[in-house]
Amino acid sequence: MKVVLENLTKVFPSRNKKAGEEVVAVNNFSFEIPDGKLIGLLGPSGCGKSTTLYMISGLQKPTSGKIYFGDDDITALSPENRGVGLVFQNYALYPHMTVKQNILFPLQNLKGEDKLSKDDMLKKAYEAAKLVQIDELMDRKPSELSGGQQQRVAIARALVKMPRVLLLDEPLSNLDARLRLQTREEIRRIQRETQITTIFVTHDQEEAMSISDMIVVMKLGVIQQIGAPQDVYDSPENLFVAKFLGTPPINVFDGAIRDGKVYIGEDAVLDAPGVEDQEVYVGIRPEGFELAEDGALHCELRSVEVMGRDVSIVSANAQAHTPVIRSIINADNKVDATQKEVRFNLKAHKTFVFAKERVTWSMANEGKTLYTFNKASQTLNAKYDGKSYDLGVLLTDEDIAKLEKQAKQSLSPVAKFFIKQGKKLLGAAQAKVAPAVELVQSLIPEKPALTGEITYKLAMGKNKEGQTLYFAGGVDNARLCVTSDIQKAVDLHAELVTKVVGEGKKAKTVVEGYNVYYLDGETKVYPEITVANGENHEKRIFL
Amino acid sequence: MVDSKHKWKAWLYLSPALILLAVFTLYPIVNTIRLAFMEDYGMMKALSGATFEFGFGNFEKVVEYRNFTTCLKNTVLLCVLTVPISTVLALLIAVTLNSIGPLRRFLQTIYFLPYVTNSIAIGMVFAAMFNIVGNVSAEPPLITTAGIINNFLGIFGVEPINWINVGSSYWANITVMVIYIVWNALPFKILILLGGLQSINKQYYDAAKVDGTSRARTLWKITVPLLSPMIAYVVITSFMGGFKEYSSIVGIFGETMGPPGNKGAMNTMVGFIYQSLEGQHQGRASAASLILFAIIMAVTLVNLQVSKKKVHY
Repeated sequence: MKVVLENLTKVFPSRNKKAGEEVVAVNNFSFEIPDGKLIGLLGPSGCGKSTTLYMISGLQKPTSGKIYFGDDDITALSPENRGVGLVFQNYALYPHMTVKQNILFPLQNLKGEDKLSKDDMLKKAYEAAKLVQIDELMDRKPSELSGGQQQRVAIARALVKMPRVLLLDEPLSNLDARLRLQTREEIRRIQRETQITTIFVTHDQEEAMSISDMIVVMKLGVIQQIGAPQDVYDSPENLFVAKFLGTPPINVFDGAIRDGKVYIGEDAVLDAPGVEDQEVYVGIRPEGFELAEDGALHCELRSVEVMGRDVSIVSANAQAHTPVIRSIINADNKVDATQKEVRFNLKAHKTFVFAKERVTWSMANEGKTLYTFNKASQTLNAKYDGKSYDLGVLLTDEDIAKLEKQAKQSLSPVAKFFIKQGKKLLGAAQAKVAPAVELVQSLIPEKPALTGEITYKLAMGKNKEGQTLYFAGGVDNARLCVTSDIQKAVDLHAELVTKVVGEGKKAKTVVEGYNVYYLDGETKVYPEITVANGENHEKRIFL
Repeated sequence: MVDSKHKWKAWLYLSPALILLAVFTLYPIVNTIRLAFMEDYGMMKALSGATFEFGFGNFEKVVEYRNFTTCLKNTVLLCVLTVPISTVLALLIAVTLNSIGPLRRFLQTIYFLPYVTNSIAIGMVFAAMFNIVGNVSAEPPLITTAGIINNFLGIFGVEPINWINVGSSYWANITVMVIYIVWNALPFKILILLGGLQSINKQYYDAAKVDGTSRARTLWKITVPLLSPMIAYVVITSFMGGFKEYSSIVGIFGETMGPPGNKGAMNTMVGFIYQSLEGQHQGRASAASLILFAIIMAVTLVNLQVSKKKVHY
């Protein structure tokens, strides 16, 4: 059974109602899982992988988006009607029932036409048990089983109804190392034999890589990369993915692209023809180093670890992010451990260059749009829905003065007073600022019918360099746009509004106000955020 | 382990508790056993210098006493009726409370209120609710106020029932007692069961949900077995409490332990013991206490035996 996730989003309300901050656990997820494959959802804890799994199972309802099994939209179906089998992280075997009763339990729930005779139930239970090789333990209680056996019982219980999709939540995390190896092969075997589309969640990259047909790497609710394990490993799309996969981990260096060459410190290590000059991160897999007396990369030799088949060279480089870098080379290479310096050539296909794009500014549209400020080009960019909106360069003081004047002129006396007081002004619309509404209407010729609760926003703030930046426009739950030009912003906004309405949603409210946000430069506009909102950062630059 | 040099210190710290236990628990137990076997013991007689022979005379007297059978019957009947009813009710209420969101704390407080109220006072309120003011034995009965319960039943066309007044039937009395005792016993049980419910891992319910388990089946196949240690605790302690039923009867019927004109009809084991003490028959009271103890012990052992098979720890 093919599983399709379409714009799946899960937002958890804040626990603290006053703070009102929502947590976007899964952010606009779309991907398709082919029939009969084993898929690993992989990511650090808190990346939304379990939430995704539970949404597929039906135990959690998505905030928006759709889930299809084959061609059936099952988004609104309750868990029991989806035909899923779920294996919980701690197995959730009923402790008071024997193994047999546990496996029989889902069958006994069947009603009406699906109801089975006792013999059929037993037959099916034994089939499932045989598949996971626990048919000799049927009369034991879960407490009398080892972790691995409990795991098998849980799988048997999930499989006994022949689900369309089998879901496993961290299936191996409660097992010891040896059992983990054995069980993951077992899961692979069971999946192959049953041909049931299987999705499992793990934070262990090795586990995911070893058995999956396809892995989905996630971070903070956003998909980072999808692909066959080897492809993802060989060609990571961003620094996060590169760092997350591989043991020993990838070595990351500060680097730069100058004159068509990749530099680490003063060493030109690779050619990068036609790539713009910029600061970058260079990631080198441990197996990407080649010992060479005239090698391009100079490192300080620390030690050599012999592992029989391979030799692991531990060295240091001032540009590396870690105190030592680890490179694995064939044991045929003789390394003189007494040397002070070691030099490497880099294998081009094992070396990845990532843009040093840093978020220095994050402006919220309910946390859904990510604004990035690129230091190098001094440009501002907004990302939403996988699309990138280039929002122009920073404003000149003159521009800002003009915009401020324009904005202030259209404010109510109350709003003006607050601005004069140097107070941050939030939601001028709530104070019923009539001139603001007029401003919107003067800028958007036809007052559009809008969906949902829509607020127009105009925001201004200073960045670290003391420059003021200007935000405008916004559709609730859709996208907020940023621009240097108020006219451009409102135009863009109007376009977005029309688009949303055009998608066939029911219009509910009309524009009520024009919010002017003066954001306090210290508190809101310039948080030191390196990575916000889990967007795809530090993207790979293909050489 | 405390090293032997400092052992005396340990004993010193323990001594207040030990002394209190010895004086107020250990000595009374030993003395009760002693008195129970001293034939026809009475404190007044003892003070005037009489001596008593050892033997089973007190027990014989207790058993022969005509009230004793009534007391034993009432006690057992109330126990057998109230313990299952209150336990099942408490379980259902606890499960419901556990599954609702917004009003839960409020309702929890409401259900807990009887626990902090004096049982004699509640008894008096119940008595008022079941009371009939007027002359019930007159022909036709002359009723001034029928009591809130009868008034309520009247809505459905039920003739006023003589619950606890002169000439009321034994089963009417028992019904009132059962309602009162069950109501009074609910809060503690709900509290315990609710605590137990909250400690059940939610994943069992998630698993059940994925498997399409119906609500009733989830309750009987998952909740009840997982809650069985708590249920066993509740059942065992309420049997113990049930055999000591006394103040509830006083609350409803007063110290006559029965409706007017039928004194002692609702008397219980503990009531029997108190009355023996009042009549200066300490020996007989002690013997009755030991009999009650033996009954509770036997019932508890049966309970434990059953729970060994049915309780899943």
